[in-house]
Amino acid sequence: MSGTFIGMPKFQTAAKEALGNSQQRRNLQHATGTIRGKRARVVEELDNWEELRQAGAAIKDNVLTHLDTYLVQLEESLTRAGATVHWAADAEEANRIVTSLVRATGAEEVVKVKSMATQEIGLNEALEEAGIHAWETDLAELIVQLGHDKPSHILVPAIHRNRAEIREIFLREMGQVGTPPPGGLTSDPRELAEAARVHLREKFLRAKVAISGANFAIAETGTLVVVESEGNGRMCLTLPETLISVVGIEKVLPRLEDLEVFMQLLPRSSTGERMNPYTSTWTGITPGDGPQDVHVVLLDNGRTDALADRVGRQALRCIRCSACLNVCPVYQRVGGHSYGSVYPGPIGAILNPQLRGTASDVDQSLPYASSLCGACGDVCPVNIEIPELLVHLRTRVVDEHRGGIPSGEQIAMKGAAWMFADHRRWEKAQKGAELSGRALGKKDTIGRLPGPLSAWSDARDAPTPPTESFRSWWKREKGDQP
Amino acid sequence: MTSSPLTPQAPLPGRGMRVALFATCFNDTMWPETPKAVVTVLERLGVTVEFPLEQTCCGQMFTNTGYAREALPLVERFADVFDVYDAVVAPSGSCVGSVRHQHATVARGCGQPALADRATTTAGKVYEFSELLVDVLGVTDVGATFPHRVTYHPTCHSLRMLRVADKPLRLLREVRGIDLVDLPEAEECCGFGGTFAMKNADTSVAMGSDKAQHVRETHAEVLVAGDNSCLAHIGGLLTRQRSGIRVMHLAEVLASTERDFAVDNELGNQPGSATGPAHRKTTDQEVTA
Repeated sequence: MSGTFIGMPKFQTAAKEALGNSQQRRNLQHATGTIRGKRARVVEELDNWEELRQAGAAIKDNVLTHLDTYLVQLEESLTRAGATVHWAADAEEANRIVTSLVRATGAEEVVKVKSMATQEIGLNEALEEAGIHAWETDLAELIVQLGHDKPSHILVPAIHRNRAEIREIFLREMGQVGTPPPGGLTSDPRELAEAARVHLREKFLRAKVAISGANFAIAETGTLVVVESEGNGRMCLTLPETLISVVGIEKVLPRLEDLEVFMQLLPRSSTGERMNPYTSTWTGITPGDGPQDVHVVLLDNGRTDALADRVGRQALRCIRCSACLNVCPVYQRVGGHSYGSVYPGPIGAILNPQLRGTASDVDQSLPYASSLCGACGDVCPVNIEIPELLVHLRTRVVDEHRGGIPSGEQIAMKGAAWMFADHRRWEKAQKGAELSGRALGKKDTIGRLPGPLSAWSDARDAPTPPTESFRSWWKREKGDQP
Repeated sequence: MTSSPLTPQAPLPGRGMRVALFATCFNDTMWPETPKAVVTVLERLGVTVEFPLEQTCCGQMFTNTGYAREALPLVERFADVFDVYDAVVAPSGSCVGSVRHQHATVARGCGQPALADRATTTAGKVYEFSELLVDVLGVTDVGATFPHRVTYHPTCHSLRMLRVADKPLRLLREVRGIDLVDLPEAEECCGFGGTFAMKNADTSVAMGSDKAQHVRETHAEVLVAGDNSCLAHIGGLLTRQRSGIRVMHLAEVLASTERDFAVDNELGNQPGSATGPAHRKTTDQEVTA
């Protein structure tokens, strides 16, 4: 697979390129619009949605506040149930652990349940380097993998592809890595799904090792939970001899009862369904049933850095439902690749700079990849205040750049702030606008603006300043009033 | 005072009330007709409007771009200027949103908890224009006449930051002669987003073009909203496209009265021009593309 996100250009550059892809824009508009409508309908059905959201946020906040305690408890429960727990500080360590676990089995291939954590750490690429083939078994992930592509959406990784494109990918690629599609394959969804089913069946039945993530990890019982729609997850979690699960440390929940809240919030927010088709739970090893060698890799990879930010840590509440992507007008137009991460859209814009830090161009630009319209915050099932966090992270980016040679933006902002700090300075500046308004005379709008202002006027007319400010009018008309 | 009571006998809903006007820096300089219209409507309802000249800017542009330290003196100034009033009104959902939801956060983030408390108290008295009319004065009929086909865009910060809900629409529905039509995908962002319009100009224009398209689909003559910044963005696209559709602030529509149109008709002017700012009225010939 070719695509990793390292070395991505900043959001603005990637977005500009994506905007030019009109087929992708149509695919995205159609798909996000459909999911958005479904979600709205099923959420409307519940009269306690707000209470569920608050409960979800409260459970997650409790977990984040006492994360150390719950993680130790989880480790104890998992070990007691027969699983082996590994701790990974970063992507490299996690990949090393998983690779050596697979090597120890002698297997040269693994089947995978769709997992954001393993995508985040680039596990497939690491395994490939070690000579181990990792087969994605989720339909959309399979499309992305076969297409040598990158995921564009958290829940629907191939959202940017349409049926015709998928048919082409299947015809071109499937036969090279396994069972080819039947002759005469059309772009009918049933035929495409059947081709994938046959292709995957061979891999399920052969696999000795499976790799998964987990949507939730229950501290009290050591139970891991995977929520999915296609049954591929169930196959991976039950058929192979060895199961390795890579789990972000923020996925822990205190008790099994806590699932009650999230099993309502997650399917409705993500796929617009009342309940997802498959919910698999497994607790360590059951002799004679399912995998007999179970490993859990608990992954930090920047999560404790995010936790250290008292404002920003609420991003770790995220349950990866992707509702914020589907309502985001920016995401809808530029797609997921522009965000330079497996976490695109509004959640990606606040999560990535916290997990990865703000050293790179793409991570510095992500907090600005939003018009702050607020739709993401409204739709979030665990009440993450995404717009506020975007502003919070913008402040972090700006503050990190203070002290050096000032940029044009810094000079402009400082100058404007100085001007606004005293109304007499502001009035003088307004006089300038009035003069230019008079100079421009009767024109209603200005066509092209010079310099950086051309970013506005390339596509939009700019209004001509009026010849008299409100302040001047007030002084003239009402100056003698209190 | 240009008061024209709604009905001659009824007591004026704003009588005895003193309200400070926060014009916002953008309206003060670029769209003076909007704060003038606010004064017109409020005085018509009996309110005494004051305009403290020490006011400048709420600091939203700085805060939202990440320049919290630059915004801090403006947060303090805002509290200094407006703390003494019982009620403050601003014709911008976005600026009121900033005062209400960001001022205290900025102060706290800069290590000034006492200022954060003051900012919270001040923000409690600041109302967006439609909020003041509907929630404080308890009116939806402000005695306006505007015989045009109009569509309304609920700007994001009014809608989601302030939750003004249908207050602007309730005010518009009471306007005499108005033909109010629904805007498709009304609640989707127009793509202005403050400095987003410059920093992510391509995405901003892509969003704005879809919004402009929806506006055109309504065949409205006038697009109305509660924020001139969003209107400048959508309006800038509409005039570049030579659509012939004007943009107007809600306050300007509500300031229009039958008398404006009577005078207009006598003079042979286009209806609405007495209240719509002359510099913004566009025709195809005048557009410089």
